[in-house]
Amino acid sequence: MKARIKFAKYGVIRFIGHLDLMRYFQKAMRRASIDIAYSEGYNPHQIMSFASPLGLGVTSDGEYLDISLNSDIDRDVIINKLNEQMVDGVRILDFVKLRDDAKKSMSKVAAADYVVRIKDDYLESNFIGKEDEFITKFTQFMNEDKIVILKKSKKTESEVDIKPMILEYSFDDKLDNDTVCTDFCNKYSVYFKVLAGSVTNLKPELIMEAFCNYVGIEYNKYTYQVHRVDMYSMEDDNLISLNDVDVL
Amino acid sequence: MTKLALTDDILLTVDKPARYIGNEINMVKKNLDEVDIRFCMCFPDVYEIGMSHLGIQILYDMFNKRKDTYCERVYSPWVDLDKVMREKNIPLFSLETQSAIKDFDFLGITLQYEMCYTNVLQILDLAHIPLMAKDRTNEDPIVIGGGPCTYNPEPLADFFDIFYIGEGETAYDELLDLYKECKNKGYSRKEFLELAADIEGLYIPAFYDVAYNEDGTIKSFETNNEHAKSKIKKQLVYDMSETTYPTKPIVPYIKVTQDRVVLEIQRGCIRGCRFCQAGMLYRPVRERNVEFLKKVAVQMLEATGHEEISLSSLSSSDYSQLQDLVYYLIDECKAKGINISLPSLRIDAFSLDVMSKVQDVRKSSLTFAPEAGTQRLRDVINKGLTEEVILSGAMDAFRSGWNKVKLYFMLGLPTETEEDIEGIAVLSDKIAREYYTIPKDKRNGKVSIVSSTSFFVPKPFTPFQWVKMASREDFLDKQRFLNGKMREQLNQKSIKYNWHEAETTMLEGVFARGDRRLGKVILDAYKDGCLYDAWSEFFDYDKWQKAFADNNLDMDFYTVRERSKEEILPWDYIDIGVTKEFLWNEYMNAQNEKVTPNCKMKCSVCGANTFKTGICTQKRGGNE
Repeated sequence: MKARIKFAKYGVIRFIGHLDLMRYFQKAMRRASIDIAYSEGYNPHQIMSFASPLGLGVTSDGEYLDISLNSDIDRDVIINKLNEQMVDGVRILDFVKLRDDAKKSMSKVAAADYVVRIKDDYLESNFIGKEDEFITKFTQFMNEDKIVILKKSKKTESEVDIKPMILEYSFDDKLDNDTVCTDFCNKYSVYFKVLAGSVTNLKPELIMEAFCNYVGIEYNKYTYQVHRVDMYSMEDDNLISLNDVDVL
Repeated sequence: MTKLALTDDILLTVDKPARYIGNEINMVKKNLDEVDIRFCMCFPDVYEIGMSHLGIQILYDMFNKRKDTYCERVYSPWVDLDKVMREKNIPLFSLETQSAIKDFDFLGITLQYEMCYTNVLQILDLAHIPLMAKDRTNEDPIVIGGGPCTYNPEPLADFFDIFYIGEGETAYDELLDLYKECKNKGYSRKEFLELAADIEGLYIPAFYDVAYNEDGTIKSFETNNEHAKSKIKKQLVYDMSETTYPTKPIVPYIKVTQDRVVLEIQRGCIRGCRFCQAGMLYRPVRERNVEFLKKVAVQMLEATGHEEISLSSLSSSDYSQLQDLVYYLIDECKAKGINISLPSLRIDAFSLDVMSKVQDVRKSSLTFAPEAGTQRLRDVINKGLTEEVILSGAMDAFRSGWNKVKLYFMLGLPTETEEDIEGIAVLSDKIAREYYTIPKDKRNGKVSIVSSTSFFVPKPFTPFQWVKMASREDFLDKQRFLNGKMREQLNQKSIKYNWHEAETTMLEGVFARGDRRLGKVILDAYKDGCLYDAWSEFFDYDKWQKAFADNNLDMDFYTVRERSKEEILPWDYIDIGVTKEFLWNEYMNAQNEKVTPNCKMKCSVCGANTFKTGICTQKRGGNE
């Protein structure tokens, strides 16, 4: 049976890479005695895949892990069993059983919500001093017809307009929970809904870099704490949370 | 959640930040206000190596079972972080509470190999602890060393307050109790160390003076404090099944060298190979009860979620309950998709059956460690393995589908001749020839033989502790000679020859049998930038040579010099049970090419029966 786990990744676990997180979940499944399905062959491995890798340093409330189970299990039971095996920094938020014809979440991702917060440490030194000023400048920036960035690949450089990839933005991030890194964040924050997935994928870091270029300040990637809020699939022209797609 | 010692901009710049954040599964958490003793356990190498070490997991678990003690961990920062910490003056921190090492009561450093010595200084330096023990005050942690290198700790004598000689499970409780008492009474560092010297197995190097003869040999080794013992007795676990074992080992996030459950089935070895230090140090061999092992194996697999379990011992085939244990583990593990890895198994019908059950025959390889190329030299080193056993074992395996063989040898063993070296090539070829006697339609493609040689380093407490080690030039000549002989073999295309670096071996040889004067060399080499010497990409032989020259010390004195029977050896004050007389007799037997039976066949009166445990208390007379 196919199933999807929604989890939060936060705290010190933001420094654990994608492949290591996969190994972490494999061991957690064994510790929790989850009846997970294995692949065939001499070295069987658990059937498991992530929707979209999260960059190192980024926290999230909306990560998804697809698994296959050999037997049915109650939603609350598996959530509790897994949460008993989690470390500080990974929390199971939801579990849904999927239809047999459900595609992997990896291939379904179409958009994602992010919140970008600006760290206190950097405010004085290289950022715009006042909140109003920040909001004014950022609104101006977003009102431009095009937001062109230089996209570098190994051989070529090309100009790309990222504005169509930004679906929504606002200055109210609506976030008030312990999974957001609060070590160094203040009230300066921006919320984005952007295109994501295998076809077009916009990282919020790129928007901030373009903004810095726009206002003429140096871009320092350690200035921002990025937090993913959720991921969506496109279903009949509507963006639906991965948690609600293909549910049995 | 714990605040990290390093900021995001550092952690996101260095390689593998997970090395420095702690918070792994089964990490012990305690409230610092509720403990009396803070102990930081250190493996002076990178996290992935240090986390793979069973000994630290045992001690970590044991210390944390004490309510009054919180044991944390630290490993060597990798070279990238090392640079940042020096630039920004960030003090070295523990993984658990991310707090400064300098604030701990103890810093325990395990010394597993000689090439980690500059990393020990890095740890002290980054922790802002004075490098020299004599410069430390009541504000500094007690720096205590343990592990196999402490059976000759003299090269590091200047840097440690205490060395613990022997197996860690036994005397630490007494030491920690004493520390707590001294702390409560407000005793000074020196008063504490004096009382610690009264505990069996603890060696306080500052309480001894060494004088040297003009030729550089030791003239005298005397105590300068009435608490210091003239002999330090090795500590050992008497009952391996009634002892502490970490049933909830820490599970790292990143892939470490030993990414599996490690089950230590016995300690010690019956074989008595004359080059092997572990075989003498850990006498007598002591088995763990098979039911105990079954129980903890299941507990550890459940507590870690590891996908593999490995049996650990010096010679697993000698464990009396091996079949019972292995078949039990196969039953337990197969259904759960857990692999079993069985290193150091003798190739026989049982092991082939087990291997065919737990491994993919097409991918796995057979391993033999003949160590020497001819029977004559194998008799010299007392390695029981014969050519007939190797060839018939290989043939059985070939018939069952295997076609990959790994062979391990040493170059530079005492009495070695060109014929012995050539024998390595000849034996490699013979195995290939055996393979091709199988009809073409019944064999599995080509055979692949990988023969590796390392250089022999004489170690303390072995029958070869007196011998002249080969020089760097000799080693390289031997290697070239063997490489030429390999190319002359009929099946040379099926044989791959791997070899080791000669220069690190020379330094290992110096430190293995070194004395206290080497402390200055290590300090100078470290200050000149030597670090991670066990990693060939960082090893800088020129800097080491300069450090020796600057201190008027000659590497050759420590390596290519035959010692006399009368010479005072730097480690003579340590009593491992096995007597110097036995070792000398074994050295004579080696020269006479005379084999000594293993402990299961016959007691050879080595001296280890002073401990009255393990094999020493059992009836003998087997014929293995």
